[in-house]
Amino acid sequence: MMVEKRVGVTLAYVILATLSLVMVFPFFWMLLSSFKDASQIFETRVFPTRPTLDNYRLILLDGHSRFPRWFLNSAVVAVCTTASVLFFDSLLGYTLSKFSFPGKKIIFLLIISTLMIPTEMLVIPWYALSRAMKWGNTYWGVMFPGMISAFGVFLMRQFMSTIPNDLLDAARIDGMGELSIFVKIVMPLVTPALATLAIFNFIGNWNAFLWPLIVASKPRMFTLPVGLANFSGEAGSDWHLIMTGATVAMAPLIALFLVFQKQIVRGIAMTGLKG
Amino acid sequence: MKRFKGSGLVLIVLLILAAQAVQAAPVKITYWQYFYQSKVDLMNDLIKQFEAQNPDIKVEQVTFPYESYNQKVATSIPVGEGPDVINLYGGWLPMYVKAGYIQPLPQAQFTDSYMKASYFPFVLDAVNFGGKLYSAPTAVRSLALIWNKKLFKEAGLDPEKPPRTLDELADYARKLSKYDGQGNLIQAGLAMQPNGQGHSWLRDVLFRQFGGAPYDATGRKVAYDSAQGVAALQWYMDRIMKDKVGYPNFLTDDVTAFKAQKAAMTIDGSFRIGTFKALSDLEWGVAELPSNKGVQSNFASFWTHAIVSGVKGKQLDASVKFLKFITSPEAMEQWLARVGELPANPKIAQAHKDDPLTSVFMKGLSYAHSTIFVDEAGQRTLFVDMIDEINLKGTKVADALRQTAAKEQKLIDDFWAK
Amino acid sequence: MTLAKKRAMTAYLFLAVPLVFFIGVRFGPMLYAMLRSLTDWSLLRKTNQFIGLSNFKAVLGDPVFLKALANTLKYAIVGAPIVIALSLGIALLLNRIARARGFFRLIYILPYITPIVAVSWVWRWMYQTPPLGILNAIFSALGLPAMEFLLSPNQALYSIVAVNIWVELGYCTTVFLAGIQTIPMDCIEAARIDGASSRQILFGIVLPLLMPITLFLMIMQGIQFLRIFTPVYNMSAQAMGGPLDSTKSAALYIYQEAFTKFELGRASAASLVLFAIIMAVTLAQLKLFDKKANGEVES
Repeated sequence: MMVEKRVGVTLAYVILATLSLVMVFPFFWMLLSSFKDASQIFETRVFPTRPTLDNYRLILLDGHSRFPRWFLNSAVVAVCTTASVLFFDSLLGYTLSKFSFPGKKIIFLLIISTLMIPTEMLVIPWYALSRAMKWGNTYWGVMFPGMISAFGVFLMRQFMSTIPNDLLDAARIDGMGELSIFVKIVMPLVTPALATLAIFNFIGNWNAFLWPLIVASKPRMFTLPVGLANFSGEAGSDWHLIMTGATVAMAPLIALFLVFQKQIVRGIAMTGLKG
Repeated sequence: MKRFKGSGLVLIVLLILAAQAVQAAPVKITYWQYFYQSKVDLMNDLIKQFEAQNPDIKVEQVTFPYESYNQKVATSIPVGEGPDVINLYGGWLPMYVKAGYIQPLPQAQFTDSYMKASYFPFVLDAVNFGGKLYSAPTAVRSLALIWNKKLFKEAGLDPEKPPRTLDELADYARKLSKYDGQGNLIQAGLAMQPNGQGHSWLRDVLFRQFGGAPYDATGRKVAYDSAQGVAALQWYMDRIMKDKVGYPNFLTDDVTAFKAQKAAMTIDGSFRIGTFKALSDLEWGVAELPSNKGVQSNFASFWTHAIVSGVKGKQLDASVKFLKFITSPEAMEQWLARVGELPANPKIAQAHKDDPLTSVFMKGLSYAHSTIFVDEAGQRTLFVDMIDEINLKGTKVADALRQTAAKEQKLIDDFWAK
Repeated sequence: MTLAKKRAMTAYLFLAVPLVFFIGVRFGPMLYAMLRSLTDWSLLRKTNQFIGLSNFKAVLGDPVFLKALANTLKYAIVGAPIVIALSLGIALLLNRIARARGFFRLIYILPYITPIVAVSWVWRWMYQTPPLGILNAIFSALGLPAMEFLLSPNQALYSIVAVNIWVELGYCTTVFLAGIQTIPMDCIEAARIDGASSRQILFGIVLPLLMPITLFLMIMQGIQFLRIFTPVYNMSAQAMGGPLDSTKSAALYIYQEAFTKFELGRASAASLVLFAIIMAVTLAQLKLFDKKANGEVES
């Protein structure tokens, strides 16, 4: 029995380790490729014979490169939408969990039901809207569909319900206004949930592709994913630069992931258990 | 009433002031082109030169990726968000004219005699719609065979003697192809990339060299669904399927493969010279397209500039000046030197006939044909899919050609019917 | 004003901006798309006429759209079950081991948080035919014949499915693992004391208890695969969904109709068809699994 179990565990380790090699190999290969120059990239050797940082210099520092601008655009979009989502989603979650008023249930259901509407259908009217309002090629145009997240409302409502009502009533008796109760008392209490929401939202917006692809047609308004998708052009595919660009696009997320891994894992687990 | 009069007066004064302010401020015009590094850099310099000569005009260049260029045009110009002067592919002219994106060139500045003296005849044919001329190019291009001298030497071929006929081309391609132990192609003798220039080589060169023609004299009837057409396509497919000297998307695409020195020969346009010149370790030569039984053919094309519909007044004057400048002989000279495309003015081109590279493309131009596309992307895709159907699905050459001809005819008919 | 009324007013005040958002950016556009799917809305023509169901007839009569729908179903039918089965297996294995669990989980999640555009290009690079692609180099070293992957109309779709599975695997594994950890240990202990084998415990206790999570993941992944766009856009030559439309998904078709052909009315109609399919598949899964889950837990 004991032996059988140990064999089982060893086998589990072997399988898991093999699989994790499969999972990381593409990253490894991407990274290696990013250190090869235009001629080495076409050689069949695994490791670069003369590793070079030229690709990174070309992408990040060269005056012609649009990558720094795309990087900035992605950062602006991800940070602004995340800030907006944090504020509005927790406000909504708070209101829907701690207030009672006619129509509350309907409103909640309506908000949640928007999760079912596929983006593919919405982008066409969004596009018409941003043309009519002249939002094309602006940050607002890229960001507006993501300013509030229905999923975040759901998440925050769950969390808000754990806040004791007595605490809020005490603050009201002390004469605090409703908005300052929300900002000064409620928000700090749900920081862990906010952290999870923030990270997920940041990742989601950093990686978003379909809508930015449609709304941003001028290269200086591209986000990183859109820029990367347009990188291979008429003058051939510069694979060494594409791999470097991919590395650059991933780097901030991997850094974020290593710092906030607990929140991310918890966030993922939560979406499954509570969905 | 009195008050109304008073405010009316103020308004008039304000309007006059505003008009003067507008007059004093430089006229700003916008120029659009797709993103091709050497062209964008050159245009930036041309704009600087132009602004130095015309301090009252400011030009802004905006570029878009090639893939989304027409989309941007189609969505911007109708709502008045387009540029003043626009760069477009010659094959798109019917579409742009029909959609009303561009206006005829003003006859006062672009007189018939000026245009006749300044451009190759095929250019004038291509920009003429209902007797009006709609655009003026700086440069024209033709196709040529580009070969890698180092790979020729490795294969035991004379690096200075490119193939002259299609038979030689096929023979050389076989000798230049390399395979690994399992028979996978690892070096293409000849790049076969229909979604690059390959479809034009087939359409305007091979069909004719096998005795057929892509379209009838009006350009509106597909004519390649013939025995000669089948023979031409068969020859093209044999390179891919029988000789296996190359296949679509080998090493991503033809340009990548040639740059990586994994394709020994490629058929490409004069605009590629700038790209290849930038690679110092690449030894290459340019030759006229191989002939077949004495028949020579080539595909001429050009990118051209036009003035967008709705541009008027001062903007129009400035646009005309700018257009004149970027199609001037000086601009053509710079374009040739930096992009590699031939001057669109035959006299200026003639002055470079001793330059070995330029002369090859110029000779090609002298017997070139130029398809007028109604939907360049759509017509290209039809050829790409036809070749994939035969190569990947085993469809018979004659069947695939017939189906494609029917589809393309429908595309053309739909365009002219609407 | 009573206190209750005052608080309700506050609630409405807090809700005002978000409600405007949800109406203006979600429901409004949805209705707009529905209405406009009945018109000949195009950016290239100035017409805007009610044409009834013509757009629906046009897209459902377009062999390319039908092919795209068939491809979309293929993506979902192949992709979702594999990713669920694989991740369940991995989660069960992770649950067995004591050390390095967190480490493995991190590695599995990595693809999920990175931009799909970037990973699509990395895979496209690895999928290249000889002499370029690393996968074919490995095959060659092992003496296996080269694969065409993205260049073959028979393999391209599955090559893209594999990438999407690779991306979603970590997410599903993490959800499953969290679910497994909520299963009360005494329940399993009791069964073991009663003499149940590991296999019996797995199929009799663990899997039935994981049924709700499986259902949730099945629906989420089903939708994910039905809406597949980014990997197809980035992994097919010139973003065409080729070769020969063999990888074109419904979402890519909608994108092309709307933003390369500017037939927005027709694209809206196609998007409604996709929406209907997503709803139908989701409801079907709910029904199917509901029965199964209830039946097995009760018995």
